[in-house]
Amino acid sequence: MTDAAIPTTTPVVRSRRMRPQWLTLPVIIGFAIIAFWVVVAVTVPLWTPYDPLMIAGRRLQAPSMAHWLGTDALGRDVLVRTLYGARYSLPIAVIVVAVAVAIGSALGAIAGYLGGLVDSVIMRFVDVTLAFPPILLAMAVTAALGPGLDNAAIAMVAVSWPVYARLMRAQVLSLRGREHVEAAIAAGASRPRVLIRHILPLAWSPTLVNATMDLGQIVLLAASLSFIGLGALPPTPEWGQMISEGAVHFYSWWIAFGPGMAILSMVLGFSFVGDGLRDLFDPRSGT
Amino acid sequence: MSAAPARAGADRPPLFEVRDLRVVFPGPAGGLEAVSGVDLAVDRGEVLAVVGESGSGKSVTMLAAMGLTGPGVTVTGSVRLDGEEYLGRPEALRRLRGKRMAMIFQDPMTALNPVMTVGAQITEMIRIHDRQVSQRQAMKKAVDLLALVAVPFPERRAAQYPHEFSGGMRQRAMIAMAMANDPEVLIADEPTTALDVTIQAQIIELLDGLRRERGLALVLITHDLGIVAGLADRVAILYAGRVVERAPVREAYYRPAHPYTASLLKALPSLEGDRGRLVPIDGSPPGLASRPPGCSFHPRCPIAVPRCMVERPALIAVGDHAAACHLADLSARTPLPMPAAGGAR
Repeated sequence: MTDAAIPTTTPVVRSRRMRPQWLTLPVIIGFAIIAFWVVVAVTVPLWTPYDPLMIAGRRLQAPSMAHWLGTDALGRDVLVRTLYGARYSLPIAVIVVAVAVAIGSALGAIAGYLGGLVDSVIMRFVDVTLAFPPILLAMAVTAALGPGLDNAAIAMVAVSWPVYARLMRAQVLSLRGREHVEAAIAAGASRPRVLIRHILPLAWSPTLVNATMDLGQIVLLAASLSFIGLGALPPTPEWGQMISEGAVHFYSWWIAFGPGMAILSMVLGFSFVGDGLRDLFDPRSGT
Repeated sequence: MSAAPARAGADRPPLFEVRDLRVVFPGPAGGLEAVSGVDLAVDRGEVLAVVGESGSGKSVTMLAAMGLTGPGVTVTGSVRLDGEEYLGRPEALRRLRGKRMAMIFQDPMTALNPVMTVGAQITEMIRIHDRQVSQRQAMKKAVDLLALVAVPFPERRAAQYPHEFSGGMRQRAMIAMAMANDPEVLIADEPTTALDVTIQAQIIELLDGLRRERGLALVLITHDLGIVAGLADRVAILYAGRVVERAPVREAYYRPAHPYTASLLKALPSLEGDRGRLVPIDGSPPGLASRPPGCSFHPRCPIAVPRCMVERPALIAVGDHAAACHLADLSARTPLPMPAAGGAR
């Protein structure tokens, strides 16, 4: 009792757990969205009442309690098909970005480290590829290979690797003059060793940020290709394909609404997370 | 003082010898010559100081000797270790680097890989040159090396990253890395420039100890004449890509034969004698593209004569003291006619 009466001048130290500065509300929302879609993609067959290919009721039904997002032109449940769509978009985005990062980074690192003729040849190739609008180039490649999700994936890799070559080249160029790199050379390290052990481990952050953002862009590009009939083929419940079907029935808005919102949320989610990662890796460029 | 340096023509060649080294960087009119015929030699247990202003070519000389100049740079002359020629053999030089010849860099803040533990970096150094050594053996040796350079708690320190080290401790770690393969020649490029004065003294002491205990041939690149006096046996003064004076340290300090050396010494504060104003050297060293004809130092030389403007003086040796000046007379032992300190100019 008496203790409480003693006046204290020392400020009370509160053990409030600090949130890291880069973990802003949008970033948390982005993580939540992505987590949601990952969980859906993995578990969706376990708890949906309908099969995505099954005719679940009357065709072109408006949203109701039985079909939350209505049914499409063949009477399939739009919500179920939308949720199943994540099983295509998400793995494709991850695989395409992973392959593009691998190819682009390897070529960019070699170009930046060796310089000279090798650099010129690789980077001119990059310039030419980047000069095309991505959707146009992807269309051309898919058209040449024939429609289908796997060919669309190859086309998207062809479109997205050059950015990673540029990013990695720029990083390697700025790192290879660093003193610890010179020290490694002075220690007798071979050229591959210097590149792999002393340059690349420091060069990943811009690539990681860009790759995160790109995941969303690839989801969008895959949907675009499917929309124009070059990606997933019917009856695959792929988002772009579904929107394409919905476009025919303009007044049944719900057919395109489900997959449209799905694409929007996924692109937004990856963008938010990418922004957060950029603030984390490079505090200078953040707002 | 250590044994007299071995010269060309002696029975045994010096351990590490650079002869007539020329380094040309790509540039207009056939390139820019940063180093124009430098001769240096250092033997076991000996400390050679290479002294010069920024841009005098002292660092470039040693980098070129180790084969560390970038592409496009032309290096000619001769670089010998134990009498064996290494210039123009990049792969042989690479195997030599870090094994028989090691280098310490100026800034320990940036010369360590920030994403590898210090122990891993020393371990790598060992394993680059000897694949037989297991990771565990190498790590044990790394800890021993950290102990050798007096890093406290070496086991714990080996598992830490460079950012957990202070500047002096990082320079010790750098030295531990350089010593990893028991090199014969250690090249230290301004090893103390980035450090506090008290830490400087510790590092110098450490280098001196390694030299004495292990018979290291130490090449010390520096512009700090105080360090030279305390540590070096012999000194080579570089100016505009050339050796202008080469002598045992005492000789160079008490009887400088080149006006540049004399001017450098006059620009130093002295503990005894008159404490008048220090005499700076007028002007600044010539740029790579605008080296004057004749003696490169003549525009700044207080005693230049017309001959200095047209004719480049050769490096002439009498005994173990050599100077490149028309006015130097080493055999007559007359001091240079330098203007008095504090004199009106």
